[in-house]
Amino acid sequence: MIRLDDTDRAFLRALTADATLSAGALGRRFGLSQPAAWRRVKRLQDAGVIRGRRIDLDREALGFGVTVFLGVKLAAKGRISLEDFERAVRAIPEVQLVHHVLGPYDYRLRIVARDLADFERILRRRIMTLPGAGEVEANVLLSEERRAGPL
Amino acid sequence: MQIDDTDRRLLRRLQADPGLSVNNLADLAGVTPATCSRRIEKLTAAGIIRGQHAVIDWAALGYEVEVSLRFTLDKTDPRAFDEFLAAARAVPEVTEIQTFLGKVDVRLHVVARDMAQYQQIYRAKILTLPHIADIEALMQVAVIMQDEALPL
Repeated sequence: MIRLDDTDRAFLRALTADATLSAGALGRRFGLSQPAAWRRVKRLQDAGVIRGRRIDLDREALGFGVTVFLGVKLAAKGRISLEDFERAVRAIPEVQLVHHVLGPYDYRLRIVARDLADFERILRRRIMTLPGAGEVEANVLLSEERRAGPL
Repeated sequence: MQIDDTDRRLLRRLQADPGLSVNNLADLAGVTPATCSRRIEKLTAAGIIRGQHAVIDWAALGYEVEVSLRFTLDKTDPRAFDEFLAAARAVPEVTEIQTFLGKVDVRLHVVARDMAQYQQIYRAKILTLPHIADIEALMQVAVIMQDEALPL
């Protein structure tokens, strides 16, 4: 596993805040040459520590006024195939995230909708009709913050 | 700001691959690089593109355990939310904080190196958060999909 020093951690914090920072900008900020900064970023990418980038868009301005987190329980476990459920849920355009979890629910989903009426339509026509879907719990997102984590 | 089909096409491509160069993005969206730059600048100035963030793979750093903790707070105290959130922000292992309208009031996403460390964090830093009425834990088994893309 990759070992991080303080500079690596500072790089990761900076890139988590702004992934568009160039190697030159990172180097200037942390007192390294541009090539040295570039090598560090490359090493973090090659080790898989930086999995990719996420673009942050203003959902509301783009017409998605509602984000909902769903807990989905499968009905009649054992008789239904997880693969079927997973294939079908991934194909729903409004679904942004699917985590298989252990606990009171089997899957955790994040979905976007234009408004609450649109959400109801997605819930009834797309989620409730998923193969094996049982109990569903919905929580409407009010606010969200992402933290740097244990870096 | 009015968004047209070209903007949507650019945003779709950017969502799929935020690291694309202007030239590649222009190519994929079928516009000239000049149009592409101008559009991206406009979308950024209007606040529709807010920024780009590196996504960290915690497993690659040795954090094998990820848990979604769902809290119900004791809302008889009007300061419950603010005090809970302030305390949660001080826990380094928390990577996401969301508040909700529904049965769940707050969700914390927590990462830990292994189950032993998770237990430690849970006892010392989570159970001690203020105003908790109830906690449910969803242990992450697998990420099936996580592109967080909008269906533009």
